[in-house]
Amino acid sequence: MFPPLQDLYRIAPELVLCAFGMLVMLIDPFVPATRKRSMGWLAFAGTLVALASLRWAALNQGSAYSGLFRVDMFSLFVHAIVIGVSALAILGSFDYLDRENIQRGEYYALILFATAGMGILAGSTELITAFVGLEMSSISTYILVGFRRTVLKSNESSLKYFLLGSFATAFFLYGIALTYGATRSTRFDVVNQAIAAHGAGPLLILGLGLIFVGLGFKVVAAPFQIYTPDVYEGAPTPVTAILACGPKAAAFAVMLRIFYSAFGSASHVWFWAIWVSAILTMCIGNFAALVQTNVKRLLAYSSIAHAGYILVAFAAASEIGVAAVLFYLAAYAAMTLGAFLIVAHVGGTNEQRLNIEDYAGLGTKHPWIAACFALFLFSLLGLPATGGFLGKLYAFQSALDQRIVWLVVIAAVNSVIGAYYYLKVVVAMYFHESNKEWAPMPMRAPMFVVLLLTAIATIYFGVLPNRLMELAIASARSLR
Amino acid sequence: MNGSYLDSYAPLLLMFLLAAGLAAVLIIASSVVGRHLKVRAKDQPYECGIRPTGDAREPYSVHFYMVAMIFILFDIEAIFLYPWAIVFKQLNMFGFVEMLLYIAILVVGYIYLWKKGALEWK
Amino acid sequence: MVPISYYLILSAVLFGLGVVGFVFKRNIITIFMAIELMLNAVNLAFVAFSREFNQLDGLIFVFFVIVVAAAEAAVGLAIVMVIARNRKSLNVEDVNLMKF
Repeated sequence: MFPPLQDLYRIAPELVLCAFGMLVMLIDPFVPATRKRSMGWLAFAGTLVALASLRWAALNQGSAYSGLFRVDMFSLFVHAIVIGVSALAILGSFDYLDRENIQRGEYYALILFATAGMGILAGSTELITAFVGLEMSSISTYILVGFRRTVLKSNESSLKYFLLGSFATAFFLYGIALTYGATRSTRFDVVNQAIAAHGAGPLLILGLGLIFVGLGFKVVAAPFQIYTPDVYEGAPTPVTAILACGPKAAAFAVMLRIFYSAFGSASHVWFWAIWVSAILTMCIGNFAALVQTNVKRLLAYSSIAHAGYILVAFAAASEIGVAAVLFYLAAYAAMTLGAFLIVAHVGGTNEQRLNIEDYAGLGTKHPWIAACFALFLFSLLGLPATGGFLGKLYAFQSALDQRIVWLVVIAAVNSVIGAYYYLKVVVAMYFHESNKEWAPMPMRAPMFVVLLLTAIATIYFGVLPNRLMELAIASARSLR
Repeated sequence: MNGSYLDSYAPLLLMFLLAAGLAAVLIIASSVVGRHLKVRAKDQPYECGIRPTGDAREPYSVHFYMVAMIFILFDIEAIFLYPWAIVFKQLNMFGFVEMLLYIAILVVGYIYLWKKGALEWK
Repeated sequence: MVPISYYLILSAVLFGLGVVGFVFKRNIITIFMAIELMLNAVNLAFVAFSREFNQLDGLIFVFFVIVVAAAEAAVGLAIVMVIARNRKSLNVEDVNLMKF
């Protein structure tokens, strides 16, 4: 009757995150309002313990809870990304929350719960487990997006994210129901066997389509990306940083598992859907970003474009393609997190400095911040010697190997277009005169450490990618 | 088989028609046969005999929604107790401890609510 | 016994009504209810399949869906409350600081 104790070790990171989340909620009401930052440190400790417990899970690889959850290299890789993102985002939030006067324990508890949900998503090998993970992360982030309660923009983002998010979830769920009806199971391996034995009927194809709608929303694939700019703009910037990296990585992970493991034998069915979606996503993201004047919104569109590049590797549907997706997710997380946190830092009180012209003169007034931001932007643009460049290279290469030439051509054209708007910001920082006074921007240690780490990671992935790529390939192998 | 299935529901349909018909007949009969008296007092809202105080359509206190939300959450969490209760005997000690943990997690939420003052009616 | 197709068609119709309600209604609470309708349509499909296959799985899924829907409802209502307090309006068209 007892499930083996090993199963508990396998979900150790999730257990740790949830336990620390509850601990924060339990202690928070007893902490005076001036000392809420300590809750942040407690949550940060939680993410560190969770990262350490990954090692424990790694020693007990295998399926847990009769096939609901699985610990393998793939899930460990994605776990490391999402927990790392949350840890750094927590550190990067301290000053922001102080400035906005919303320093509360719940903020950190919700980040931990959302991270646990993303972890469940990354390791799930069953559709209902994936649904629970998806909702855990979604519901927590709905609240986080609206955390600036008195700011109308934040309210609005929260509402839009909530309404469209639950709409997409309903589609995802209906897809699960149809898959269950067609195959009598929601476990990926059983679904795969059923498809291999009987082929994919209309019910199953419809189910897969609906699942794609639900996950497409989370990974911001077109045409389900409409909410992204508004939500990213109105959310507190550190939350935007998490949204752009964590849920996206986790949703891509579960999408890989569903499409490759469960619906792998029906890849001819979904290939064209991914192909069309990839092109739409890239083009919409890049062309809309061209006309943006708000840096936060610009980065939101850029994150849509990057989802498109990841979909290019996704369409390759090969082992190296999966590895390319994972590499891209890791490199993307480092540079995007850094870029958004700089936006949070430069934005100042009430996020008043968000326009491109507000960045004029940053290069002379705050050379280090400007240098970091330029590095992240160059990486997003895909300049050599940065993580973004190699991410794109691997992604396009893996698609070329599968002879998906046109998709790669369009992707390459798109990344050239993307250069324009990234460089626009860099030019503003270094070559434009500032027309506003620069208030001093004291940077405290936590933020400094975060920027240092993300900058180092971005360069490291670009210069010495072998280690990460080996891990990504090993992860891709464990997926089969 | 389909026809016979619907046949078995025929009495239900008959019953439904009878009920609707009777209700219609009673309403029409009372308006036709009854004596109607038009006085001001009859049009006023009835509040157990006392004079009405203000409009009935007042906005609810926001606090009402708060309590409603808390109620929904704790009410729905109880749903997991049912399947557990059915197989309680087979699950033995393990199931019991699991359920204690589950309740403990709910209690954490409860303590949080309490300390945050969400249960106080101001 | 009622054939399963009846339930599935009913479920699809309910889901479709939910989608239509979501797209065309203007009041936030109504949109919110449309989403709940969609979730319950899914529940119906789960229960129908579960009965058809003589499995318990589908019924357990429904429990999870109900609980998640309740959590979502609580968060959704909280968001709506904040909006109502800050704006004194529950029309989605009024919530348009940022263009779509």
